[in-house]
Amino acid sequence: MVKELPVIWLQTSACTGCTISLLNSASPNVRNILIDQIIPGIHVNLRFHATIMAGSGEPAIEVLEDTAKEKKGTYVLVVEGAVPTATDAPYGVIGERDGKPVEMRERVEDLARKAMAVLAVGTCASFSGIPGAAPNPTECQSVKQFLDAKDITTPIVNIPGCPPHPDWFVGTLASILLNGLPKADDLDDNLRPLTFYGHLIHENCPRRAYFDEGKFAKKPGDEGCLYELGCKGPITYADCPLRLWNGGANWCIGAGAPCSGCTQPEFPDLVSPFYQKLADIELPVIGAYWLSGKEEK
Amino acid sequence: MSKIVIDPLTRIEGHLKISTIMEDGVVKEAQSTGNLFRGIELILRGRDPRDAQVITQRICGVCPQSHGIAAALNLDSAFGVSGKIPPNARLMRNLIQGAHVVQDHILHFYHLAALDYVDITDVAKYEGKDSNLNSVKDFIIRGELGPFVPRYEGDYRLPPECNQQAAAHYLKAFEIRRTGQEMVSIFSGKIPHSVGIVPGGVTATPAVDKIISFLWKLRILQDFINNAYIPDVLAIAGAYSDYFEIGGGCKNLLSYGAYDLEGEEPDLTLRKRLFSQGVTSADLKPGKLDITKIAEGVKYSWYQDSTSGQHPTQGETKTEYGKEGAYSWIKSPRYDGKVYEVGPLARVAVTYAHGDPVMKNLVDSALAQLKAPPSVLFSVMGRHLARALSAKFIADSMEKWLLELKPGEPTFVEYTIPEEATGMGLTEAARGALGHWIEIKEQKIANYQCVVPTTWNASPRDDNGNPGPIEQAIIGTRVKDKSNPFEIVRIVRSFDPCIACAVH
Repeated sequence: MVKELPVIWLQTSACTGCTISLLNSASPNVRNILIDQIIPGIHVNLRFHATIMAGSGEPAIEVLEDTAKEKKGTYVLVVEGAVPTATDAPYGVIGERDGKPVEMRERVEDLARKAMAVLAVGTCASFSGIPGAAPNPTECQSVKQFLDAKDITTPIVNIPGCPPHPDWFVGTLASILLNGLPKADDLDDNLRPLTFYGHLIHENCPRRAYFDEGKFAKKPGDEGCLYELGCKGPITYADCPLRLWNGGANWCIGAGAPCSGCTQPEFPDLVSPFYQKLADIELPVIGAYWLSGKEEK
Repeated sequence: MSKIVIDPLTRIEGHLKISTIMEDGVVKEAQSTGNLFRGIELILRGRDPRDAQVITQRICGVCPQSHGIAAALNLDSAFGVSGKIPPNARLMRNLIQGAHVVQDHILHFYHLAALDYVDITDVAKYEGKDSNLNSVKDFIIRGELGPFVPRYEGDYRLPPECNQQAAAHYLKAFEIRRTGQEMVSIFSGKIPHSVGIVPGGVTATPAVDKIISFLWKLRILQDFINNAYIPDVLAIAGAYSDYFEIGGGCKNLLSYGAYDLEGEEPDLTLRKRLFSQGVTSADLKPGKLDITKIAEGVKYSWYQDSTSGQHPTQGETKTEYGKEGAYSWIKSPRYDGKVYEVGPLARVAVTYAHGDPVMKNLVDSALAQLKAPPSVLFSVMGRHLARALSAKFIADSMEKWLLELKPGEPTFVEYTIPEEATGMGLTEAARGALGHWIEIKEQKIANYQCVVPTTWNASPRDDNGNPGPIEQAIIGTRVKDKSNPFEIVRIVRSFDPCIACAVH
């Protein structure tokens, strides 16, 4: 007997980039995730995902509402996007109830309260990200911030990245299926799984030797460390240099582009200008110093 | 009179609501509502101009590369290096964008549109040995059919073998589009959202191993386009041939042109490009495009009326929710006061109208196979066909660009950020004409405006009361079954809407 894990993937103030990134998952591939038993004996029953689901309109919304009712406490809610909380206008709407638009915040509140766990996928959901950047026109909050304000205590894991690597999502989901919800020491202070976000980009960067010997690229295409071109690798936690992106095709620094710090709560306001050097930092406690200090902005 | 409301209209990017008023089974009025506002243009203000390419890519994770390219072209012109971009960088930008658009077209047809025509549950009857299909069969037998059910029921016309083959291609297409994304990543670092497209060029260098890897991934895409994508579009078009007469819409088409074939011409409106810049209409006669005649109306959008009718260089984004009569966060761009559709159909038709021999041959052969006149292009199936031909046209052009790359030669030209400047970036995203405009003051972004493909296509009525292209395409359509309004969703999806883009 195959166990079905109901999953609802809700898109809020977002760009669908996290979804596109998940569709790039190579092993397991999309068929394995949607159709097959992702872990022997368990099938992910993706009931709602607006980008790929067949149904539209009322039948689609019924799936959301029925799942919350019938599968209460047993489904996983994935949120892709920040939660717009401004009350002067409905800046984000997902479907209707009795002919009236239902705002994203109402959907998140209702679905998160009844979920077994919430996965905040991407930097918008994890830390409010781009829509939450100054002046934060729609008063976006991260999912955690939003749930805390509503006293909703459903366990939550952040899987940031703009977008997150598909392995980070799939790996976190697999870990929950195999070992249960992560324990406190499996996550960092920002609720990110240490398996994927345990080390700075800078620690594992193939250009690290250039940094240590003080050889810095002055313009794109130069040999050398990208620190002076604005690389945020010294303060960014993610395993990109080891994992690489898009099936190993490349990664940001591999293309001679500085890391933009996209897995960080500081993204984008405090890691930009993206092409401007970080304030000088003291070695070896890179990151900790910078995060406590002031950036020249 | 009755109403049909579809909210959310899924299998597109983002949050779209379509509502219609019906009379005797025919759509009398239609409203397209963009349901998400983020204010990216407001967020861009006061920032380092170079950051525009990082932030505007985040307008949309489905088409970030096109925003990256539009932003880079916009900044090139503002920084005074338009016309000085090294050939390697021009070619690599073309390759990044080309690979991205081709895989996006494949994603659209198979993963966003196909489930309106293909009954995947027919795989339950499959008796062969294809492991993909057998795993779908097991899935159907287990009985939890999300996300493929619920769906609209009724009008699925393909015989079981065709549905099964289409289902196999649906799964195969996931792999193919992933391969396309890998190609983008080879030259831009990662996707979605790359840091590697920058004003002045690109950050990567074209090493030989990258070129050869790109080449053989390109071959995989070309093989799929020729042997699956185009034949599948024609097969579905055969079974649903009435959709060559449904969803015609405004029949005015506009293209900015894309894929620079030369680097020295600083003026984007004069630069030679693979897809032509211009306008055309039902007569398929070529027309010139005058960029100064673009203006965005907001009478029916939730923005202050005082900002209506502005050219994007003067554009403002000032929200006013609840304004009488307004029903969308999307603005209404119009050209010369008239309603224009953008997208693959527009760029294919404009390039055809301008007499490009390769495009003429592609379109004429497809029409000959269908034994149909060019007028059928203005329809639901016409848009799907044009999108497939757009994919082939781009993919077949990429090999030449790839082999023109010169390892060791520069990919970047230096610039200084000016105190004050204006810029414009025009290109063709997968979904159509994409324009970015910037005004720089004190080396910061003073104003940034984006007019995005779906802003055109999913726009609400304009200040003169004329409905937008999608609205026009729906109005007048007979809906056979009100509870399963296939006609409406098929029309809307033929435009491949992207609402995060449209509102931004």
